[in-house]
Amino acid sequence: MRLGLVIDLDTCVGCHACAVACKQWNTSGTTGPLTDYRPYGADPSGVWFNRIRHYEVGDYPNSKTINFPMSCMHCEDADCVTVCPTGASYKRKEDGVVLVDQTKCMGCNYCSWACPYGARELDRESGTMKKCTLCIDRIYDETLAEIDRQPSCVITCPAHARFFGDFDDPDSEVSRLVRERDGMQLMPELGYNPTNRYLPPRINTPIPTEDVRRDSLVGKVKEWVNKAVAR
Amino acid sequence: MHPALSVIFFTVVSGAGFGLYSLTAILQLFRLGPAMDRSELLSALITAFVLIIAGLISSTGHLANPKNAWRSVMRVKTSWLSREAVLAMVFFPFGLLYLLSVYLYGPHVPAFFGLMGVIGIVLGFMTVFATGMIYACLKTMRQWNTPLVPANYLLMGLTLGALFHLAIEAYFGADLQFITGVAGTALVMTGVMKGIYYYWIGKTSGPTINTATTFTRASVRLLDVGHTAGTFLTEEFGYHVPVGTLRVLKVVVFGLGFVLPLILISVAATAQTGAFALAIFAVLSSLVGKGVERWLFFAEARHVVNLYHGAQHT
Repeated sequence: MRLGLVIDLDTCVGCHACAVACKQWNTSGTTGPLTDYRPYGADPSGVWFNRIRHYEVGDYPNSKTINFPMSCMHCEDADCVTVCPTGASYKRKEDGVVLVDQTKCMGCNYCSWACPYGARELDRESGTMKKCTLCIDRIYDETLAEIDRQPSCVITCPAHARFFGDFDDPDSEVSRLVRERDGMQLMPELGYNPTNRYLPPRINTPIPTEDVRRDSLVGKVKEWVNKAVAR
Repeated sequence: MHPALSVIFFTVVSGAGFGLYSLTAILQLFRLGPAMDRSELLSALITAFVLIIAGLISSTGHLANPKNAWRSVMRVKTSWLSREAVLAMVFFPFGLLYLLSVYLYGPHVPAFFGLMGVIGIVLGFMTVFATGMIYACLKTMRQWNTPLVPANYLLMGLTLGALFHLAIEAYFGADLQFITGVAGTALVMTGVMKGIYYYWIGKTSGPTINTATTFTRASVRLLDVGHTAGTFLTEEFGYHVPVGTLRVLKVVVFGLGFVLPLILISVAATAQTGAFALAIFAVLSSLVGKGVERWLFFAEARHVVNLYHGAQHT
């Protein structure tokens, strides 16, 4: 098994719901709490497994805002695991999930140096490294209904931009999506072979505007009145 | 990269310690240079051990959870940090046996202890090499991901070791011609190597914002990072030094680290009096220069995660 996420950059609306759901679930999970620093201060900060950045792709007027959620990619060749001197960082053979054993970590930051995706964050309170667990305590919880055995971020996403599944299974939804929509890896040239894939925006045919009817005279007067009347 | 002072102190000082140990043992065991007596050898070796131990103790200073530091020997198979920790520890019995034999027998150590000394030399070099490889093996920082880094660590350690050795020889009023030649050669080689390194990292290569976001056929600009205050990632990897400061500091690296010590030891080698004071100044100047060099080594390294925070390339 090779568990991971597929993130659809076409449908992600950048609402940060996945990050908040992740924080909520994992702060009371196996590696929690995810400490908050100065939560009511001027510059609140803290540990998050999932962060969303926003980019402008292309040049105006042919540009597009892309919302970019990133968490651990659960890489096939995970340097964060090989560089860890204590063995706290490990990749599970059975499902490929990369985890940190909180009882073994000495907080040397070395794994975060090795990770190109910024997936690891030191918890300054506990002095240990924390990272996305793919909600390991949730996806194997047999007391939950089958549909709930998915990472929190996937369940909560209101735009349905996140998919969870087994990449080794060619019939899984994630494999199918990657196949059909050219799922991409981030920085493939570094050779980490990340499991998580990103689906590029769909290519939509532009909506033609030439045949849109010009405004009528009455319409123009109404528009002028609307602008002129002070509210 | 955020430069951690404990790591800078550790790499410079323990590197100097291993350099001093190795150089002293090589000169004594292979009968190179003017013969050293028991007190000279002991002073050099004890100084070396003090430097190594001080460095190793300081290395735990940057750990967020030092109570688990003993676990750092658990992954020798894959981790250079683990290898370094193990090599540094394995060095001690051999190095200390050699030190003991010098204490007992003076410069004419029996063959068995000589062998221990040689094993110590090899382990010392391997430890410093492992320290360099901790950084060189990271694909995320192109400024570190080069064979020049372990070469630089080895040469820096040897150079500082040679300067310490020279100062100790000067203290005992020994003939400084030979060791000045050794230290001078080491200074020039290390300086040239450092110059090559600075030239090498000046060229931009590696991942860009385009491969980082998969959008390789359009320009990509950051609109918003999605957080209002600094995070672990921006604090650890977002460290930025102005270009002007970098230039000034590089002048300091070469001036205090290489040129001034070279002048000082050349004068010391021929001076009738004050050779020890000159040698001490050379050591101090070189330590400052190499401290700045090590600070720059961290401050100049640009982690690829910066791509997600607005950098177009690293």
